[in-house]
Amino acid sequence: MGFLDRERTIAPAGFNRWLVPPAALAVHLCIGQAYATSVYKTALVKHFGASLTEIGLIFSIAIVMLGLSAAIMGTWVDRNGPRKAMFTSAMFWTGGFLIGSLGIFTHQLWLVYLGYGVVGGIGLGIGYISPVSTLIKWFPDRPGLATGMAIMGFGGGALIASPVSTALLKAYDPNSGAQGWVASGDAVGKLFLTLAVAYLVYMLFGAFTIKVPADGWRPAGFDPATVKAAKLVTTENVSARNAVKTPQFWLVWVALFCNVTAGIGILEQAAPMIQDFFRTSDGASAVSAAVAAGFVGLLSIGNMAGRFAWSATSDITGRKRIYMLYLGVGAVLYTVLALAGSSTTILYVALAFLIISFYGGGFATVPAYLRDLFGTFQVGAIHGRLLTAWSAAGVAGPLIVNAFLDAQGKPGQLTAASYQPALLTMVALLVVGFVANLLVKPVSARFHEPRPDRERPHEPAMEA
Amino acid sequence: MSTNPANHSTPVNTAAGKLAVGWALVGVPLAYGVYETLTRVAALFG
Repeated sequence: MGFLDRERTIAPAGFNRWLVPPAALAVHLCIGQAYATSVYKTALVKHFGASLTEIGLIFSIAIVMLGLSAAIMGTWVDRNGPRKAMFTSAMFWTGGFLIGSLGIFTHQLWLVYLGYGVVGGIGLGIGYISPVSTLIKWFPDRPGLATGMAIMGFGGGALIASPVSTALLKAYDPNSGAQGWVASGDAVGKLFLTLAVAYLVYMLFGAFTIKVPADGWRPAGFDPATVKAAKLVTTENVSARNAVKTPQFWLVWVALFCNVTAGIGILEQAAPMIQDFFRTSDGASAVSAAVAAGFVGLLSIGNMAGRFAWSATSDITGRKRIYMLYLGVGAVLYTVLALAGSSTTILYVALAFLIISFYGGGFATVPAYLRDLFGTFQVGAIHGRLLTAWSAAGVAGPLIVNAFLDAQGKPGQLTAASYQPALLTMVALLVVGFVANLLVKPVSARFHEPRPDRERPHEPAMEA
Repeated sequence: MSTNPANHSTPVNTAAGKLAVGWALVGVPLAYGVYETLTRVAALFG
């Protein structure tokens, strides 16, 4: 399939680089569906007669596979270019839905694990990193803005998939008007088939419109010397194999891990948490389920907006400073939330909104941070390896929160005070992340790739 | 792309058309998703 090769995607002279972000967004909006699985979670519990944990495992497998496939396939993505990567991602992601629907129609949960979890998860990982290095190359003057636009799509994908899935489930289930209705397995299976077709069309649109810049291309009026003026920004290149040997990679890994863990702590518990924070003297919550759902919606907007706004801002402030904001101010906001969040709902909502915007911002800014530290050579592969921090945080975040809450009491009886140990643990984590980010310095020259005009300054660090 | 100034209008228009279509294809669903979410958020301030 030569038409997918990198060489066939090189942009002609005069190509408008603003055509690239929609191609990247087309992929990220589709794979962002991963955050909308709660729409049919109860339906699957009923259909399979399984526990919430067993159904939740589908999503957990997908996120673990995202991290693993991004880490393992990152170099392949960089070598083969975005079109082949996006095409491959589309095949895996939509293939996952098809296998998953087969599992639902035939009542075999393991097929859903294999389909949506494993196969779909591989599509998630490849799709997530596929446009990143291309965007950075097209926007050397605004890498934070460019990656922010794409990664915002991952947050936005759930906002689209959630109402569309609800409408489709109602359309596919003849009993949808019944009181206390839960969608049938048949309706969820049909939903999976529909999403597979729609996502295939969109992702192929992205794959066939994306282009890479020709070697040596620069935006009009762009002077690379202005980028180098920042202390942490390199014009050198570091391979993915060498990047993981540097302290900088692991310091950024820790910073991302801490930021994501703290954000997940709120996201996972968003709806019950706001209800628990505002209980009246008789133990009932002053916050209704509808208001709690509105709060979850607001957090989704904050997550998406933060990805774009903070990442774009990082082009002006620098990546290290914006991470100091995410982690440092995040720790302060978390502390206020833990100690005074229950005083008024406005304060609580505002704090949670800002914290979640920092969570999203951390995801969107990190590719540009890696570009600054390691250059553009294998930034996609390095980003892929870094996303293992997300997988680890996906396990650690809920584990920390649930362990503390389990020790405090039963769901429905918790209060604002019950959350303090978990929230203050998150504050400690954010402080650790803040220190890790503070320690980030420019990468040693011994890790730089050799250039034709000069030899490597020290002993070669490359293994192969 | 042609270097003939007489032909410049065609590629520019094509690029503008592609830009509009490309951004609409992703922008419209995203705007729909944000709108639907904001209607839920309204309950928070209602």
